[in-house]
Amino acid sequence: MAVRPNENFLITQLDWLANFVRANSLWPMPFATACCGIELMATASSRYDLARFGSEAIRFSPRQCDLMIVAGRVVMKMVPVMQRIWLQMPEPKWCISMGACASSGGVFDTYAVVQGIDRFIPVDVYVPGCPPRPEQLIRAVLDIQEKVKKKGTLFGREFEERKAPERPRALALELAPQEKIVAPGDYRTATQEWEAN
Amino acid sequence: MDHSSTVAVLRSTLGEEGFRTSQFRDNFRIVVPADRLFDALRALKEQAGFDMLADVTAVDYLHYPNATDRYGVVYCLVNTTTGERVIVKTFVNDPEPRLPSAFPLWKGADWLEREVFDMFGIVFEGHPDLRRILMPEGFASYPLRKDYPLRGRLERHNFPAIARAEG
Ligand code: SF4
Repeated sequence: MAVRPNENFLITQLDWLANFVRANSLWPMPFATACCGIELMATASSRYDLARFGSEAIRFSPRQCDLMIVAGRVVMKMVPVMQRIWLQMPEPKWCISMGACASSGGVFDTYAVVQGIDRFIPVDVYVPGCPPRPEQLIRAVLDIQEKVKKKGTLFGREFEERKAPERPRALALELAPQEKIVAPGDYRTATQEWEAN
Repeated sequence: MDHSSTVAVLRSTLGEEGFRTSQFRDNFRIVVPADRLFDALRALKEQAGFDMLADVTAVDYLHYPNATDRYGVVYCLVNTTTGERVIVKTFVNDPEPRLPSAFPLWKGADWLEREVFDMFGIVFEGHPDLRRILMPEGFASYPLRKDYPLRGRLERHNFPAIARAEG
């Protein structure tokens, strides 16, 4: 009598196959807005050779990519653009926040630079450094590969578990006592509310 | 650099008392009142040969020691034939800082004046297209004014966050 594998067994194997394929051909979307972008280019060059890890196909169209690498500071005028590009990428997709600026604003604690892109889009791996060396970025790609291989599922169920925005909550900590938090809206409401107080 | 012919042109346009000059290292500075600014710039262009407007910028003198006016607006002019450079400065005040646009004289004033408007809120009358140039369209403050907080008024966090399952 033939052994019939039960359903769960079969699906686990498909997950493994999908993860194997996905992890070894991540297609990066370079969202390079500042100096970190230069290191990102170096990472793809022949000396550091991201192609060894299957990520050499850097595409400038978000629709062909599944790994967004945000390299550089993001100003508030850029946030809607970044979010639109993120939404244009097909699932499953991952995001690397490269450098101090993308992860936390870095030294640019000013009115225009957002203090970490994780307030606005999901981030899987943060790369510290100013700028990070290409080896560090390669490490981040390897970390994403590991994450995909360990937790990935064929239909992306691992993403659905995380419905709430994973953004930092401690916004109030960075404010001076006389400043107050405004609800999301347009800039005009923010400023008018400010001036009314 | 000898600026005597430039000063002579200004003297015939604005009169002896109509302007002040000073020199710091190789910067020759001319301070004119805001209501004579356009006449001064036109004379400098048409009679003194300053055919290039190199820069327009502004300074906010809020809390500045001994300052009498709030904003200084600075025009850097170049005479490309002789290489002469002058800096023309004028002062405007709240509540409605206004100046005539230099666009009819130099087309290059277009974006420079938009930048000053964007950062300081100084309105250039007669500018063909006075919109914000650096900050987003809906932005309501003027960020380089000294009474604007360095970290902004939280406009930078005023966006919706995208979660995983939506994206
Ligand atoms: S982290 Fe450093 S290198 Fe990267 S964008 Fe910021 S300032 Fe530039």
